[in-house]
Amino acid sequence: MFETQLTVARGTFRLQAEFRAPTPGVIALFGPSGAGKSTLVNAIAGLVPATGRVALDGVPWLDSASGTDWPAERRRIGYVFQDARLFPHLDVAGNLAYGARRAPPAPRYAAHEEIVTLLGLGALLGRRVHQLSGGERQRVALGRALLAQPRLLLLDEPLAAIDAARRDEVLPYLELLRDRFSIPMLYVSHQLDEVLRLATHVVVLAAGGVVASGTPADLSLDAGFRELVGREAVGAVLEAEVAAMEPATGLVSVAVGRGRLRLALPGAQVGTRVRLQVLARDVILATEPPHGLSVRNALEGTLCAIVDEGRDEALAVIDVRGARLLARLTRAAVAELRLRPGLAVWALVKAASLRSHVFAHAKTPGVELAPP
Amino acid sequence: MLTPAESEALRVSLVVATESVVLSLPLAVGAAWLLVRARFTGRTLLDAVVHLPLVLPPVVVGYLLLVVFGIRGPLGAWLHDSFGIRLAFTTGGAALATAVMSFPLMVRAIRLSLEGVNPGLEEAARTLGAGALDRFVTITLPLMAPGILAGAVTAFAAGLGEFGAVITFASNIPGETRTLPLALYTAIQSPDGNLAAGRLATLSIGLGLAGLVGAEWLARRLRARLGH
Repeated sequence: MFETQLTVARGTFRLQAEFRAPTPGVIALFGPSGAGKSTLVNAIAGLVPATGRVALDGVPWLDSASGTDWPAERRRIGYVFQDARLFPHLDVAGNLAYGARRAPPAPRYAAHEEIVTLLGLGALLGRRVHQLSGGERQRVALGRALLAQPRLLLLDEPLAAIDAARRDEVLPYLELLRDRFSIPMLYVSHQLDEVLRLATHVVVLAAGGVVASGTPADLSLDAGFRELVGREAVGAVLEAEVAAMEPATGLVSVAVGRGRLRLALPGAQVGTRVRLQVLARDVILATEPPHGLSVRNALEGTLCAIVDEGRDEALAVIDVRGARLLARLTRAAVAELRLRPGLAVWALVKAASLRSHVFAHAKTPGVELAPP
Repeated sequence: MLTPAESEALRVSLVVATESVVLSLPLAVGAAWLLVRARFTGRTLLDAVVHLPLVLPPVVVGYLLLVVFGIRGPLGAWLHDSFGIRLAFTTGGAALATAVMSFPLMVRAIRLSLEGVNPGLEEAARTLGAGALDRFVTITLPLMAPGILAGAVTAFAAGLGEFGAVITFASNIPGETRTLPLALYTAIQSPDGNLAAGRLATLSIGLGLAGLVGAEWLARRLRARLGH
């Protein structure tokens, strides 16, 4: 459990943030620029003075009530900055050794060689910092922070300064750290796709305060969160598991509530945990069991609510027996189909429009994960 | 190639310039750090005092040193009575006068390099477990190295040529405080010293050129190491 209850006052800006999140896992700090995300992580790291309490698994490094306020250099918090901040007078090996030399001797998560191999840094060790690409820089920064044996890893928009095409030089490694080492991570981002890909818990920050906190699935149904992500990204997030493989079609069958969704998921096996994002604009509602359609996925459920979205649109919330979906409809459709809460409906989802993020294999712990 | 008097003046010059750099370097790093990173009342005054030798006539600096460090001056008497150190009219005194005169040049170069050090790198070192002194020695100082080198070389070169403050505070004693410019001055004063003056002037020019070329070469190597 990671607990934060912080007050930071810098000039006219005031940040007051309180949240709790389960660990290990990736806690995403999500919010628009200027919301105070960086200030919050700097305060957690001890780079910005703050009052309140910050504790991991009951051990505080800031607790104003008892007078605890460890200096940043003693907090053992790995920090991966947006601009990497590698030391230009040292080569890659020197950068990696910097934190390691100042860390307690017993490795907390992994040994030196293992981290170097895992992050693919072996070939870079002799390079100077200015010879690295953006993605390589962030991987070295990640390795440097990990080798300092941190109790918590802070990542402040580590992909923001990298070209979109090179983000895949870093993202798979972050997933690997999450799934393999169980390092508690706090990940700052204003990119919804990054958050959905990595986070196990999301804290939404706006105007210097926490406005929502919960799992991605819970938050996806939250009205404030919908407003923040924008109209086109509104949709339900579902946590699911691969229930069966269909060798004939190459598709997998994923359990959603009591229904099934069939989709293409390369590399998945039975038991693989997967997070699905079903955009509200991609869901079609039917009031009768559909047939004769090309859409393969129809989930039976009950209409729970119809939320007015302004203009001529409405958002329908559908309980598909254990999970909830969102569907965007026109108000004309709501009237003509006489949609009302309690009505039995079928939600049609086009498999090709699903966005999926695979998490670690749930049923076979210790499975060999090859570096991506 | 050099006459005994010439090589003596060259030796005194090199000793005085070296000692002045060694003396002022740590102080200049400290002053630069205070001026760039510290926030305290009186910072503007410190800035002015550091730069004062640049705008004062060197004779005034020499005179003030005599008043303070002379055998009867407050610090001079204390140094002499407590440690048996005499500065006025000695090589050490010439080095002190030279150090004071070249101090602003040195601080200026070091300060520029410190301003170029990204404080974010020190923050990163902090999160990796480095305390204040550790960060300064392992991050800040190496990143300032080109500026420190430039400051030291500039101060050394300027120190070879310091005249007014040295002759006022340390006088013109052969083998003791008679540096190249003082020897040159002495030669010009004597009726048949034209040739000697020419030779000393040539020596000064050669020394200056060698210093500049050497400094540029070193700075390039350092910059390449830092990836600029």
